Amino acid sequence: MTAARRPIPHDSAPRHVTGSARYIDDLPEPEGLLHAALHLSDRVHARIRSIDLSAARAVPGVAAVITVADVPGDPDIAPVVRPEPVLAQDTIEFHGQPVAAIAARDLATARRAARLVKVEYEDLPPLLDLAEAVEKQSLLLPPLQLKRGNAQEAIARAPHRLNGELHLGGQDHFYLEGQVSLAEPREGGDTFVHCSTQHPSEVQKLVARVLGKPLHSVTVECRRMGGGFGGKESQAAQFACIAALLAHRTQKPVKLRLDRDEDMIVTGKRHDFLVRYDVGFDAEGRILGYDLLLAGRGGWAADLTGAVVDRAVFHADSSYWIPDVTITGLCCRTNTVSNTAFRGFGGPQGMAATEYVIDEIARHLGRDPLEVRLANLYGKTERNVTPYFQTIRDNILPELFADLLASSDYRRRRQEIDAFNAHSPHLKKGLALTPVKFGISFTTSFLNQAGALVLIYEDGSVQLNHGGTEMGQGLYIKVAQVVADVLGIGLEQIRITATRTDKVPNTSPTAASSGADMNGKAAEAAALTLRRRLAEVAAPILGVPPDGIRFRDGMLQGGGNVMSFAEAVHNAYIARVSLAASGYYATPGIHFDRTTRRGSPFFYFAYGVAATEVLVDCFTGEYRFTRADLLHDCGDSLNPAIDLGQVEGGYLQGLGWLTMEELWWDADGRLRTHAPSTYKIPTARDLPADFRVRLVNGKPNPAETIFRSKAVGEPPLMLAISGWLALKDAVAAAAGTQRVHLDAPATPERVLLAIEAAKRKLAAAPEAVAAK
Amino acid sequence: MSEPVRFVSRGQVVTVGPDVPHTMTVLEYLRLRLRRTGSKEGCAEGDCGACTVVIGEAVYGRLRYRAVNACILFVAQLDGKALFTVEDLADGEALHPVQQAMVETHASQCGFCTPGFVMSLFACFHHGVTPDDESLKDALAGNLCRCTGYRPILEAGRRMFEIAREDRFTAMEAALLQQLGQLKRTRMLRHSTAAGDFLAPRSIDELIETLETLPDGKSWLLAGGTDVGLWVTKQQRQPRSIVYLGRVAELQQISDDGHAVTIGAGVTYADAFAAIESLHPDFARMVRRLGSVQIRNSGTLGGNIANGSPIGDSMPPLIALGATITLRGRAGSRRLPLEDFYLGYRKTALAPGEIVESVTVPKPGADSRFAVYKLSKRFDQDISAVLGAFHVKLDGGTVREARIAYGGMAAVPARALRAEAALTGASLPDVEAAVAALAEDFRPLSDMRASAGYRLLAAQNLLRKFALEANGQRIRLEAAE
Repeated sequence: MTAARRPIPHDSAPRHVTGSARYIDDLPEPEGLLHAALHLSDRVHARIRSIDLSAARAVPGVAAVITVADVPGDPDIAPVVRPEPVLAQDTIEFHGQPVAAIAARDLATARRAARLVKVEYEDLPPLLDLAEAVEKQSLLLPPLQLKRGNAQEAIARAPHRLNGELHLGGQDHFYLEGQVSLAEPREGGDTFVHCSTQHPSEVQKLVARVLGKPLHSVTVECRRMGGGFGGKESQAAQFACIAALLAHRTQKPVKLRLDRDEDMIVTGKRHDFLVRYDVGFDAEGRILGYDLLLAGRGGWAADLTGAVVDRAVFHADSSYWIPDVTITGLCCRTNTVSNTAFRGFGGPQGMAATEYVIDEIARHLGRDPLEVRLANLYGKTERNVTPYFQTIRDNILPELFADLLASSDYRRRRQEIDAFNAHSPHLKKGLALTPVKFGISFTTSFLNQAGALVLIYEDGSVQLNHGGTEMGQGLYIKVAQVVADVLGIGLEQIRITATRTDKVPNTSPTAASSGADMNGKAAEAAALTLRRRLAEVAAPILGVPPDGIRFRDGMLQGGGNVMSFAEAVHNAYIARVSLAASGYYATPGIHFDRTTRRGSPFFYFAYGVAATEVLVDCFTGEYRFTRADLLHDCGDSLNPAIDLGQVEGGYLQGLGWLTMEELWWDADGRLRTHAPSTYKIPTARDLPADFRVRLVNGKPNPAETIFRSKAVGEPPLMLAISGWLALKDAVAAAAGTQRVHLDAPATPERVLLAIEAAKRKLAAAPEAVAAK
Repeated sequence: MSEPVRFVSRGQVVTVGPDVPHTMTVLEYLRLRLRRTGSKEGCAEGDCGACTVVIGEAVYGRLRYRAVNACILFVAQLDGKALFTVEDLADGEALHPVQQAMVETHASQCGFCTPGFVMSLFACFHHGVTPDDESLKDALAGNLCRCTGYRPILEAGRRMFEIAREDRFTAMEAALLQQLGQLKRTRMLRHSTAAGDFLAPRSIDELIETLETLPDGKSWLLAGGTDVGLWVTKQQRQPRSIVYLGRVAELQQISDDGHAVTIGAGVTYADAFAAIESLHPDFARMVRRLGSVQIRNSGTLGGNIANGSPIGDSMPPLIALGATITLRGRAGSRRLPLEDFYLGYRKTALAPGEIVESVTVPKPGADSRFAVYKLSKRFDQDISAVLGAFHVKLDGGTVREARIAYGGMAAVPARALRAEAALTGASLPDVEAAVAALAEDFRPLSDMRASAGYRLLAAQNLLRKFALEANGQRIRLEAAE
């Protein structure tokens, strides 16, 4: 029996449910462990005049208090673009920026001392508003603009034209396990760091940098994270570095764990975007010209914003052929927390913008948005070149639309909903069906590489290690399934080991949905090397050539003879053949030239379609999602149970982003939604009451991926765009006009105010909607 | 002299000495002292459920299992009870039916929230009734999961009883009850620690006497701890003493004289639920959205009242129903209408040394129409942006008497007096005069929960909606779904 393509439970599932799966804060505490706390600035933008640490240092039990001046190496921990000091240097750039760090014998003491740090400031004028940042061209990086043909000319020539503005809110990751690191000084000046991170190699690099040491003196380990979602891609490093600095200073192990409020105040979020569009189209709603501005809020520092905005720009075509197009992405600088990677990485914002515009076009023409989507959909062999000139060769959207239209009974329900709405004055239903096309690969091309290490021990048991990290997405079990099948052994023979920088070096973050694609391939390569070696040893004994041997069910089979895997391993050991192999993978054929703005940045695309129905209370703007039908493409799924979990979980997380999850800053630039009491992520009730989810069957990935599977981490999040546009549909029904505007997150308040605004518009200018 | 706190865990009586500070939470105690790290800290404010544990108590000779948030529960609150944590469930390698169901349905991804879900479902398991979808969603409303989208967790809740109807804890119930019987106290608990004292008087007289001995302003009254717990975990405050109301017998009583229900200030929402339901099903529906199962198992109606928060959800319906509260002090008892209890933002009519003893709520009559509407960004376990409670008495279709109260509209939960006046004499469903008067009654604030504009508009629309519902229509999302 093979392991891949079967719905095998997560390798840690029995440990999750018994509470025996260890997270970093659960590890047995090393002798002499100190606990760390941060002093956060209460200013939004200010120059630091002086820092007085004496009161904090005087607290009994405090072992060290440090500021940026105490960093022995380079204090800059920018992942891409400097400067991003590990602790505030000269100025405060956002409310909550860490200024000092304390290590003490217990957490309460550390936190008490943190409050005693005294800082004198000279306030500076802050820039808080995204629109103002666009206006003033306050940018972190140069813009990226994709251009084909002449959008403005095409728009001017088009029979219909619409323009407008839209705001898409940000989103806190709300991983259940907050940021945490435990750093231990080891002999010879080495440092060992347990870090809840998606990117151990970068943590290693930055810890080495702040300590002023070579990378070989730092080892980083991550067995598992209690959720990541992008929030621990670049931003785990700061806390690892602070823990390491305190450990270095005290020569004792130091643990830094943020509490929930600190975590939400100090760490970056999904970028909120200001969108401005100008679109020309024909009577069927086919887009003829499109000029789109996507302004993302990077916050005070670049972090990964360049790549996030790139991906927004790359996904602003959504699933549609646009002949004449200009898409401009801005990385805006404001005095707010530095935004970062979050599942979808800009893609959701780019796609949501254009799905909104499609919806606007349909409403302008009085057509079902579905028909306008179908009219604009990318072709299979023509109308299939993206605005960055990559030809789409794997488009399965026409089939997915047909499949979901039938299974969701969309057209009949559309009529039923219209009939319901005609007779229900106070409760209105809405329905929307939207596609997903998501490009797979890091757009920063060099990151598309991975390594693995497979060790076979003399008894035939196997240890598996690779550069990918486990954050709940089931990467470890998927890669183990690959190795089990290559070696023809059972999963129970494979021990999955924690991700560590001293086993596989120079790894990329587990991000961009690429974990299984890349680490699966790297592990496969390592396992194939070992299989070849074993086959060569076994061939003379079995009396067949090495490539005539099959590895299956724990046996080597060939020429009618069999040998157990353990026996083959033993033979190889005796024959002095290496039983350890590393594997390496680099995604082939991808490139993008920023100067010509052309290339094929993506190895392939993952697809999906979703239809969501909602019911709105027109008195209050409250709503319930009553039904959702999801159809998602995982190629030949490596593990359908794990992949289904990604699809379902991604959808609900996306729905949270677009509906109830509202980040609220006050006029002084302070985040006021920094705990679950004020920041609301979906609960079990918020799952659509009737939830029908399927994976696409029988469509292996045409690209040569691991067992022809497809990446699944991010793409399903965007299926939730259908939920937001279903709300917009219901708002239109409630207001009695197609001219509606609905920003995200579409909280009950925004829904009610959208209904009221549309009603006012209708009353003021009834002729404006006569087009319908 | 300090007395140890005693509770039962894994069949053993655990004795907690003076080395455990009076404000140490159960979660800290588990993780730092006992090194049982299965229960997690996700928020330290009772909102995420990752720390969920189950408390066993003897009630009418049976063991009652209730899920609570360990992050805002003080260790001394465990006195006399049994504690179950996620590590206790499996029998060696054999998983508990709840755990097995969670594995089979692929209900864990990152696993950090999982112990909390397991414990919430473990409590459900011991309620013995196969939960339907709605009651499962109620049961899990206090557990956040960021990975799965919940579908497989709900499936695990449905499947657990297919695996087994009983577990080994059922078999050990008699022995545990006997153990708990031996922990019963005959004198009040005084757990004195270097950091401060935890006192648990057993009668109201003992309580009043205890309060007299304490210096003003340095001790806290503790009911459920769903707010007080946060003063410790979020604000790092430390009182000299904590006086716990959970053992004061008189405060735990509920009575019903046919016309009115009286609920003791120490009664948890969970225990008050049936009484609240007898007042009006809409009140009960609202309470089911107040906090979560874990919060309602700890939090009390009296605590919600005494807290004085402008956004406490219980006050508007109580005020609309004409509730009175009884205060008790050294000088004896006094009663006043609930709305007169609130003097200003978090300011109440409580005199020093005085406590809230009970609340008395008249039952609406046959000529009454009553409704409560709670508005929040999220349906479950969210603090209201606006909460409106409406109560009218009708002569035919004409309003004879109206009481309207809102939360979230002012510095205190407050009646809409001008709107009430305008509504009196109105013929339903025409309430536009009263709707207009609401704009005179309230000048709400903008904050992270809602803008002032939305608050007022929604408050007005709720009155419109009530007028239609009082007139016989039913306009509910859950009904039309």
